[in-house]
Amino acid sequence: MKEMMVILVSAILVNNFVLAKFLGICPFLGVSQKLDSAMGMSIAVTFVMAMATAATYPIQKGILERFGLEYLQTIVFILVIAALVQLVETILKKYVPTLYKSLGIYLPLITTNCCVLGVTILNITKQYTFAQSMVNSVGAGLGFMLAMVIFSGVRSRVEASDKIPEHFRGLPITLIAASIVSVSFMGFTGVVEGLFH
Amino acid sequence: MNPIVTAVITVVAIGLASGIILTLASHFMAVKVDETVVKVRGCLPGANCGACGYAGCDEYAEKVAGGFAKTTLCVPGGQKAASDVAAVLGVEAGEVKPVSGMVRCCGTAQHAAYVMDYQGPKTCAACNSFFQGSKQCSYGCLGYGDCTKVCKFNAISVVDGVAVIDHDECTGCGACAKACPNELIFMIPKTSRVHVACASHDKGAQTRKMCSAGCIGCMKCQKTCRHNAISVEGNLAVIDPSLCTNCGDCVSVCPVGCIKIV
Repeated sequence: MKEMMVILVSAILVNNFVLAKFLGICPFLGVSQKLDSAMGMSIAVTFVMAMATAATYPIQKGILERFGLEYLQTIVFILVIAALVQLVETILKKYVPTLYKSLGIYLPLITTNCCVLGVTILNITKQYTFAQSMVNSVGAGLGFMLAMVIFSGVRSRVEASDKIPEHFRGLPITLIAASIVSVSFMGFTGVVEGLFH
Repeated sequence: MNPIVTAVITVVAIGLASGIILTLASHFMAVKVDETVVKVRGCLPGANCGACGYAGCDEYAEKVAGGFAKTTLCVPGGQKAASDVAAVLGVEAGEVKPVSGMVRCCGTAQHAAYVMDYQGPKTCAACNSFFQGSKQCSYGCLGYGDCTKVCKFNAISVVDGVAVIDHDECTGCGACAKACPNELIFMIPKTSRVHVACASHDKGAQTRKMCSAGCIGCMKCQKTCRHNAISVEGNLAVIDPSLCTNCGDCVSVCPVGCIKIV
């Protein structure tokens, strides 16, 4: 139980996928302007991460490792994740139209998102069990959500300000703000040791 | 077995399995798309502005094709969209009613009480994010003119701390309504010339302290109106443009003077 908490806190705060590992910057910068689209995107990402882990972990253990084909990991994972997301979108459209209306537009955007592929590969690299992998994926998704929500707040303040020099407006100041938020998350480095040991 | 062959077979098998599952899924879980809806959607501008009152062009197309909505509700599409949609559905094209914006606030500097001397960035969005604005009334016009910056027709200007729309210059595009952080601007039919210039849902005594021109929900207008066009909901008077005849009885009877004629 304790190691699950360690994995969860580590994935959300200490090794935040966006702010510490710098994965998934594309949706992070693209969708974080408004709070509701940021929330929708991060819920979709968490959902896809959990399902991707549930699908790729058995394939890694059951097919790739059994036949000594671990080097095919990248190709097979991308293939499976892309097909899975497409399947989920079709199922949502048919059976849960309300959810499809709110989340559906984000699903094609995260099909080959590097943070989804990253979390599945990292689970294998760190040699987690299936349960630990699921906790890690959900934690990664929640960490993504935290980063997005914080950054959408920062962004709305930055956009309302009229003191930004002309050549910094738009993308430059956004990237600088993102890097400052990332530096602030470095403060969590000692949290895991402090809380759980 | 030759390791290369194993690798190729494995990847091909996984790919084939995924492909088959997806094909079956798209076959059995296909959502039927009505041809008419697609055609109607093609006649609409696709701006997803919501002026029709529905959540985007897709929803409006669905409702029109189903016969639940009139063909004339698309404001940016105008007469052309209305006649195209009517042609697709095989019905008579209706008339598109021009609209005009109205600002629901008359709390100028002499009427409204201020709670702070705001020194931040001079935009309505920034002022609103700082304790809901510098006026005591949290619903009121912030007065920094975000609406004036987006108006392409010079129809709106800030006079004495409140935005004022020139009824004749306004083309009803709705850009100001979208820009206002307090959602104070409503688009109403151009023929409707009487409107309540207040958006405060606070109780009468409270409103009185915050702005001497704010609607106190006394219901005098509701009792005076002979056409049942004005009613008080949530301490605020609201006029129904479809029933209002612009007679102006409510204007003269309002004790605070928040009902205006343009």
